[in-house]
Amino acid sequence: MSTATTMHDETGHVPPAEVEEVELYHAKTWLGKYVFSQDAKVIAIQYGCTAIAIGMVGLVLSLMMRLQLGFPNEFSFINPSNYIQAVTMHGMIMVVYLLTALFLGGFGNYFIPIMIGARDMVFPYVNMLSFWIYLLSVLILVASFFVPGGPSGAGWTLYPPQVMLEGTPGHEWGAILMLVSLAFFIIGFTMGGLNYVVTVLQARTRGMTLMRLPLTVWGIFMATILALLAFPALLVSAIMMLFDMLLGASFFMPAIVSMGEQLDHSGGSPILFQHLFWFFGHPEVYIVALPAFGMVSDILSVHARKAIFGYRMMVWAIVAIGGLSFIVWAHHMYVSGMNPYFGFFFATTTLIIAVPTALKVYNWVLTLWRGNIHLTIPMLFAIGFIFTFVNGGLTGLFLGNVTVDLPLSDTLFVVAHFHMVMAVSPVLVLYGAIYHWYPKISGRMFHQGMAQFHFWITFVGSYAIYYPMHYLGLMGVPRRYFSMGSTDFILPSAQGLNEFITIAAIIVGVTQLLFIYNLVWSLFKGEKASDNPWNATTLEWQTATTPPGHGNFGKELPLVYRWPYDYSVPGEDIDFLPQNQPPRGAG
Amino acid sequence: MTITLLFMAFLMGVVVWWLVKQTINIKPWVMDDGVLVGDVDAGVLSEPKAKTGLWVFLAVVTSMFCLFISAYAMRMKLGDWTPLPEPDLLWVNTGLLVLSSIALQWARNAAKQDRIDSLKVGLNVAGVLTIGFIVGQLFAWRQLVDDGYFLNSNPANAFFYLFTALHGLHILGGLVAWIRAVSRLWRGSDAAQVRLSVELCAVYWHFLLIVWLILFGLMLST
Amino acid sequence: MVIAIVLFVLIVGSVLFHFLSPWYLTPLASNWSNIDDTIGLTFWVTGFVFVVVNLFLAWCVIRYRKCDGHKADYEPENKKLESWLTGLTALGVIAMLAPGLLVWGEFVTVPEDASEVEAVGQQWHWSFRVPGVDNKLGTTDVRFINADNPFGMNPDDPDGQDDVLIAGNELHLPIGKPVKLLLRSKDVLHNFTVAQFRVKMDLVPGMVSYLWFTPTEVGEFDILCEEYCGVAHFAMRGRVIVEEEADYQAWLNSYSTYAEMSSQPAGNAAAGETAYAVCSVCHGTQGEGNVALNSPKLNGQEAWYMKRQLEYFKSGARGSHEDDVYGKQMAPMATTLVTDTAINDVIAYIETLPDIPAPATVTGDVLHGQEVFANCVACHGADGQGLQALNAPRVAGMTDWYLVRQLQNFKQGIRGAHRKDMYGHQMTMMAATLPDEQTINDLVAYINTLPQ
Repeated sequence: MSTATTMHDETGHVPPAEVEEVELYHAKTWLGKYVFSQDAKVIAIQYGCTAIAIGMVGLVLSLMMRLQLGFPNEFSFINPSNYIQAVTMHGMIMVVYLLTALFLGGFGNYFIPIMIGARDMVFPYVNMLSFWIYLLSVLILVASFFVPGGPSGAGWTLYPPQVMLEGTPGHEWGAILMLVSLAFFIIGFTMGGLNYVVTVLQARTRGMTLMRLPLTVWGIFMATILALLAFPALLVSAIMMLFDMLLGASFFMPAIVSMGEQLDHSGGSPILFQHLFWFFGHPEVYIVALPAFGMVSDILSVHARKAIFGYRMMVWAIVAIGGLSFIVWAHHMYVSGMNPYFGFFFATTTLIIAVPTALKVYNWVLTLWRGNIHLTIPMLFAIGFIFTFVNGGLTGLFLGNVTVDLPLSDTLFVVAHFHMVMAVSPVLVLYGAIYHWYPKISGRMFHQGMAQFHFWITFVGSYAIYYPMHYLGLMGVPRRYFSMGSTDFILPSAQGLNEFITIAAIIVGVTQLLFIYNLVWSLFKGEKASDNPWNATTLEWQTATTPPGHGNFGKELPLVYRWPYDYSVPGEDIDFLPQNQPPRGAG
Repeated sequence: MTITLLFMAFLMGVVVWWLVKQTINIKPWVMDDGVLVGDVDAGVLSEPKAKTGLWVFLAVVTSMFCLFISAYAMRMKLGDWTPLPEPDLLWVNTGLLVLSSIALQWARNAAKQDRIDSLKVGLNVAGVLTIGFIVGQLFAWRQLVDDGYFLNSNPANAFFYLFTALHGLHILGGLVAWIRAVSRLWRGSDAAQVRLSVELCAVYWHFLLIVWLILFGLMLST
Repeated sequence: MVIAIVLFVLIVGSVLFHFLSPWYLTPLASNWSNIDDTIGLTFWVTGFVFVVVNLFLAWCVIRYRKCDGHKADYEPENKKLESWLTGLTALGVIAMLAPGLLVWGEFVTVPEDASEVEAVGQQWHWSFRVPGVDNKLGTTDVRFINADNPFGMNPDDPDGQDDVLIAGNELHLPIGKPVKLLLRSKDVLHNFTVAQFRVKMDLVPGMVSYLWFTPTEVGEFDILCEEYCGVAHFAMRGRVIVEEEADYQAWLNSYSTYAEMSSQPAGNAAAGETAYAVCSVCHGTQGEGNVALNSPKLNGQEAWYMKRQLEYFKSGARGSHEDDVYGKQMAPMATTLVTDTAINDVIAYIETLPDIPAPATVTGDVLHGQEVFANCVACHGADGQGLQALNAPRVAGMTDWYLVRQLQNFKQGIRGAHRKDMYGHQMTMMAATLPDEQTINDLVAYINTLPQ
């Protein structure tokens, strides 16, 4: 027993380490350390790199769409088929394979154990399997680009009947591979998710009570619970769809004349699929948003040198949003032909969810209020997040309110809204978080100049992409259109606006390469980072080595004495007190 | 979706109740002596981790089956539904599954009391009965196909094959865990070393039995 | 500091953009002004929050930015402030939700005097059905749908006999009368949207959905499909024409009822042979076509397509564009077929002619052409044999130089742009996706390789 332990014993507290360092599985080979690793931090980086790699594919696909929309029919490599395939794959990749995987598989793996003072996840082997199954699902998805007919072009929502009928690109193989890939993704995720939940429940270090968890952990924890319960809905719809496609069942398929021929299906309901899909699809929004909410709270608090405002409210808002997210799904279906009376219920629940969400926004801003704001790179991204999230959240009130949704549904207004709230906002947090934790993960500081440039282009550029797009939607420009052709209500000047958006998108897209370059460059050339460059309080900054080794902490696990937001505590000389710093008089 | 929503409401209720119990009236920024280093276990559950893991997993599986049942209920209302005459063989299979669950429970108790012989017997019997159940289900499929109840002829049939297949897959997954426990016993582990595995198998078997009874009851009554 | 200024500029810019930019809701043409009002209300409430929260954010950044010797306040929470904010937010939400629900209540309650009209969607066309004198639509079923009964009318239902069937992308409506639009799909999901009417609803195969509105402005309005429905989704267009009651009745009377359509006689090939003598001068005695006279091959082409083209030439929907040199030659020839019977007869005769494959004259990169043809398959079929159900003519084995010319005409709006050319409009959008002449040649070169 070390001396530190003895000291605590004198004050009457009993502090043994939860998991002895020697109990961990230590890989002996290079392969075991870096490839088939069971260290959550290595798995996190594997998840992160895979997600970012497939995300780059999604980004390229989005630029392809923008080229067509900005300059219709100018590029011979874009045609109606591969355009809609790009729409489909872009959506699915970004929502599931990038954001979900990066937030939960990447950040979850890295930060859950280290922030709660654990050595690793509780089931490291299952955790490793989780990554490899995720990788397999990504490979299956990528394979669909190379099968006859190409990837599915049914839109990311994969609505039947079109997903499996002629007239939709990729209806032969692409759609099947997509569904199989999703099934694998869900299995892989469930393995990871079990780990995250049980780790938070049972591997917290001594003193780490629930109300002393950093909001990052709260966000990821709640998002994992949502994902564990919501992904089965996607699995159910995928399995039933495969039955319809391959075995001739009629769960979702009604009697249909396709290409002039009667099909064998009868009696099924496409709307049934939509219910199942959105029962997953709406919580999915919060699966992406809640970790972002958590991480941005921590970034704001650290860089404003001030306790997060209304911590308890923030925790309960996360829980409330998570719970409510299961009873709002049909707001995606107001004009789907479902019983229109459902509209009353779902509009009400949807607008109720705005209240806890708004409170979170107020609390972020109030954290800055009377703070001591260091305008570091992560802080800039966090401020950018608040601004874009306010915008995206407010336009959600248009679409959630059933009457207002009538003219706006299925237009570019929807596209602009969900990109603002689900793409721009969480991605700004992702960047902020990567810059914030990069020194700990890599042991180096990133290049400031490149990061500044990256922030300004990304923030202002993406606002320039999506803010004007709302107005195209208001005017009635539909989504998923290869080209508008001529109509009697869309002003010719709209094309000019589309060109502007495309140019902005290209600039923003290309700038992301600079981000990747910065990550790689800094890994080798960056200034060496100290253990705690931001003077933060949470446990990941208190590790003995940077980057932390396998097992996260030294011989002994840290003991937690205080909540994670002791910044600028009155009467203290320094403006932060780490969670494991004993109170005065105790040590 | 009512069934799924009820389940979700129940789960969310559990989560909220548990959180309230742990967090209400705590001002985390106030440091008093009582929470200096937190309560000894900081609210950490004392159950074995694998057991908690299993329960979380069961919640996920329950969510999936609830959604299937919701889909069943919604699809059933759509006119073209012709109920399927469930083969009597299913009653036999159900009996097998009940017995295997009982045998596992017996093995679990034996493991608790270190009665290694009863443990072996219980575990082996449970496995054989379970394999019997799977084979029985395959025969039931065979019988239905022979009688002309094909998967693509009616949604009720499709649901029958879907439910039995998924339930069977879960049982097969359970058998993998069962094989691991059995092989450890064969290689000379004592009761204490397999106690947890057997307990987890028993919980999982009981769970799948309940799922089967619900699915079977649902298909019988509609 | 810069960030605060940028935030300020973005806030002011967003507000100015809202008020000054020309892009906003298109002028209303239906009774749904209260939908516009709820949108306006939502803009005011959310705009207020947007400006206030973000200005406060920008102010905080300036006021509380890092400075030496300054320490942040330590205030973990402020219950009073938080309760106030919760209350105010809830009020704002109620202010938007309550009117929204009231208007939705109106939308789900169709007025009793609304007249029913059915809109039928299919890949990638619209058609419509108006009840006859009995004011009742007959029953339909997908199982009845075939080439002769595209609406899937139940032949035994007396209510359906007098239904007026409008097999075209254009619907006329009388002004000032509430309409309940019943929506039915034959294949996949579609969505009926007229931006100026504000309301929209999906068409779902296997069920009938509805929406209602009262047109309040005379004029023409585009119908867009706004639920993704396959590769030509963007080209699924239609038109609603709102007009005075008398004009509407005249339009309705020009269409046949189901009973009349099913009793039309078939064409008489013998009678058609005489009439064909005029055609044979250019198109050849066997209908084999003549490149010197710019006449395409006719034998082997589908009857329904030739019939429609003859009608278009007659009515000026085709061959009236000033740049359509050869179409203008055909138009007066078509008028020599005075009656519908004459058209049916001559087509019946052409159908008896042997299908002689046209010689290949166009060359190009077949592989590239094959890639491009993937976009044509959905309508024209994998073998280019055409598909009546999708209103797509046969292209394989037909005159290749003619295909090239028609693609160019479609692309340049010489063909298909006329508002009475119901199906040509779609082809103009598809042809527009062919970026240059070389691509067109490649495409046609590939079509030449298809089995005849």
